[in-house]
Amino acid sequence: MKVVYERPESLLDVPFTYCPGCTHGIIHRMVADTLDDLGIRERTIGVSPVGCSVFAYEFFNCDMVAAAHGRAPAVATGIKRVHPDKIVFTYQGDGDLAAIGTAEIIHAAARGENITVIFANNVIYGMTGGQMAPTTLIGQKTDTTPYGRSVEANGHPIRVCELLSSLDGVAYLERVSTHDPKHVLKAQKAIKKAFQYQVDGKGFTLIELLSTCPSNWGMNPLDSLKWLEESMLPYYKPGVYKDIG
Amino acid sequence: MPFIKVRDDLCKGCKLCITFCPKQVIRMSDRLNPKGYYVAELFDKEGCTGCGICARMCPDVAISVYREDKKEVPA
Amino acid sequence: MSNKVLMKGNEAIGEAAITAGCRHFFGYPITPQSELPAYLSKHMPKVGGVFLQAESEVAAINMVYGAAAAGARVLTSSSSPGISLKQEGISYLASSELPAVICNVMRAGPGLGTIQPAQADYFQAVKGGGHGDYHNIVLAPESVQEIIDHVRLGFDLSDKYLNPAMILLDGALGQMMEPVDFGDYKPELQEKPWAATGCKGRKMNAITSIHIDPRDMEAHNIKLQEKYSKIRESEQKCEEWMLEDAEIMVVAYGLCARICKSAIRVCREKGIKVGLFRLISLWPFPEKKLDKAIDKVKEVFVVELSAGQMIEDVKLVDNGRKPITFHGRMGGMTPSVEDISDRIELIHDRITQKVG
Repeated sequence: MKVVYERPESLLDVPFTYCPGCTHGIIHRMVADTLDDLGIRERTIGVSPVGCSVFAYEFFNCDMVAAAHGRAPAVATGIKRVHPDKIVFTYQGDGDLAAIGTAEIIHAAARGENITVIFANNVIYGMTGGQMAPTTLIGQKTDTTPYGRSVEANGHPIRVCELLSSLDGVAYLERVSTHDPKHVLKAQKAIKKAFQYQVDGKGFTLIELLSTCPSNWGMNPLDSLKWLEESMLPYYKPGVYKDIG
Repeated sequence: MPFIKVRDDLCKGCKLCITFCPKQVIRMSDRLNPKGYYVAELFDKEGCTGCGICARMCPDVAISVYREDKKEVPA
Repeated sequence: MSNKVLMKGNEAIGEAAITAGCRHFFGYPITPQSELPAYLSKHMPKVGGVFLQAESEVAAINMVYGAAAAGARVLTSSSSPGISLKQEGISYLASSELPAVICNVMRAGPGLGTIQPAQADYFQAVKGGGHGDYHNIVLAPESVQEIIDHVRLGFDLSDKYLNPAMILLDGALGQMMEPVDFGDYKPELQEKPWAATGCKGRKMNAITSIHIDPRDMEAHNIKLQEKYSKIRESEQKCEEWMLEDAEIMVVAYGLCARICKSAIRVCREKGIKVGLFRLISLWPFPEKKLDKAIDKVKEVFVVELSAGQMIEDVKLVDNGRKPITFHGRMGGMTPSVEDISDRIELIHDRITQKVG
């Protein structure tokens, strides 16, 4: 009997700080599995964001740089321009990437920076206690939309993959989900492909992972996965939004 | 027989492994870990096929999968 | 043997950075520093370096953060309103103990202000500028030659102390053309085992400014303060000019110090014993030499292109010992040589009791 699947080397042996059932952990594992599979851990530099995954630098067993809120793509740009031969990824949430860091993500994509962005979209601000995010759905109740997000007051949620898909610098964009094993398997393949594109020097890659926030959604982990499937998938349709092949 | 090991120190008792186990051979134990979570355990060693779905869905990367055959968990 | 070339201040920043081993520049267009990015966009590719025009000053300083974390000598430049935007990143650089050189070619403010010379960003530069208890190393050149020396020194000090260094000048110095000599300087390039370069053959490096446990955060602050004490102890820089027999000491820096030197020459011709204490490092403030210099004079005259910012630090050192007078112009206006020499004469007349 031998171990065929265990904690990847690219994760440090420390417990995550995430709430029970939070899918950040599933995504971390997929990224770490990818670094292991491609044999790139020792030449990868990750950029952690501000938000629940602010401590990502404590979890990944590769060089890590913690960025200011929203600035991860700019920090990653600086790193990549110094070490074009290294693999650079950012790990960002929806508040970080699609609100305060909108300029940075759009311009990193437009420049075609040869980096990989792991974008966890759970339609809420987790770390600060459940406020409306740029991706919060219409009608969704949050700490700062207690009556539900309204178009009149808050406008429409941003679909990042669709938004970035018009940019020529982008090599690969895919939206995947984490709500069941089938989708997670698909997500794993997408992440691996994105990193492989970077290894091959193809340009900017971003994988949007639909994700849960049981604590701030006020649901248990299983109900959260169901809510993701029923409420988020219709608005945030999984699929490949760009692939230069 | 294939089996899984759940690390008590990492498990947060979220039950995703239990939900997605195709053979339904995982359950909540009555053990509390130092963080105060009841942890999951494999209760039917005969039933486990070592498919690795529990490990892949575990948000705390707490599960290791053991199996005879060389076939890796699909990536 | 001197090897002089004629060069504009802003361009000299760029060439000095290249000679200092800097191969990465990230910036955003703003007047009056535009010649610098133009120069580097032309010359960085020739030395295998990177010039990148960012989408904003905010992005630029965070690219600097990334490049510094990756172990590179890295430069950014801007002017007052742009430097305000960079403050977040500068605070993170200071906390993460990352070296970088930031040039502020100051213009008049507040707000969008105007592009003419000012020294109104003194507080922002020397007191921290962004959030938290930190200091930048701040150097204030008065000539194009000194711009070159300070950019190089800025890189060396920044690497030595793992702390951002700021070169504080103004649009007039940036536009000024003077003969300069690049000499045969060799940069003090340091090993950077802490940098994010990929963890092959070693444990992973993490570069961060978050210390969530307040005990850790205080310990980190204490460590930073100890570093600042060391910098204060070792790196104070100033020029004492015609101060040997002076009764009146003018205190100024940068462009203002140049004007004051001319005014002092005029006054010296009239027999007035006046000299200049010129600050070269604004932080650390050259308090040790200023303290001694104050003892030897009868009155201190502070001149700034602001409503009076640096004067507060002069007053702290003076501590009520000698009277201090002030002259400042604001909004991009500069005093003439006569403006200053007339005021020195008035002070002289007063202390020699010719008047009132």
